Amino acid sequence: MANLYTKKSAELKKIGPRPETVSFLLNYSRALRVVDYKEIKFETLLN
Amino acid sequence: MEQLLQDSALVEKYLSGDENALEILINRHSQRVYSFIFSKVFDKDIAEDIFQDTFIKVIKTLKKGAYNEEGKFLPWVMRIAHNLIIDHFRKNTRMPKFEGSDDFNIFSVISDNSPNVEKQIIKDQVEDDVRKLIGELPKDQQEVLVMRMYKDMSFKEISEITGVSINTALGRMRYAIINLRKIVEKNNIVLTNQ
Repeated sequence: MANLYTKKSAELKKIGPRPETVSFLLNYSRALRVVDYKEIKFETLLN
Repeated sequence: MEQLLQDSALVEKYLSGDENALEILINRHSQRVYSFIFSKVFDKDIAEDIFQDTFIKVIKTLKKGAYNEEGKFLPWVMRIAHNLIIDHFRKNTRMPKFEGSDDFNIFSVISDNSPNVEKQIIKDQVEDDVRKLIGELPKDQQEVLVMRMYKDMSFKEISEITGVSINTALGRMRYAIINLRKIVEKNNIVLTNQ
């Protein structure tokens, strides 16, 4: 049987965004309000 | 529960005001979207920025009610990310950026040598003190020192104006400096601008 010379890394590194980024997005979403006024959409950020 | 709900159902829930639906959507697709961005830009920080901008656009579009691609949430997000990656590269080719590396830092070549406000104040103070000290010297020494240091005259010119020999002018200059040092030492005056 062929010998495998490559080592499988113990834990495959998963790449993804930082938790802070995700948390920022969720907060942003909670704070964002879109108000319709005569075919104009106003974005407001409520903190 | 999370896995059972399809993207389209989550989008609907989010549109009806359920913020948790967005969390599930982001967590479900964050790795794929981030990896896609990273595979193009090869920079963690830039990938993070583009990822953030992508979802900001997603959130805005959804909240404005402008989303109409039901059932194709991920391809839509990927397209936004793709467009933002293109924008990023366009911006960088139009405005190439020089980034210093560990081996070479541009600020080691370009530096601002002008003194800061604090140093300028100290410098003015020191110069003012020196002027006062010069005022303490005998008139003949004072005259030679001022001509030499402040008016940048040669000893030949000084000797012609004061009517003394060059050697006398040199001697007066020497004594002026010795006397200044003595006054400084005697009165413990600190004249430094480090």
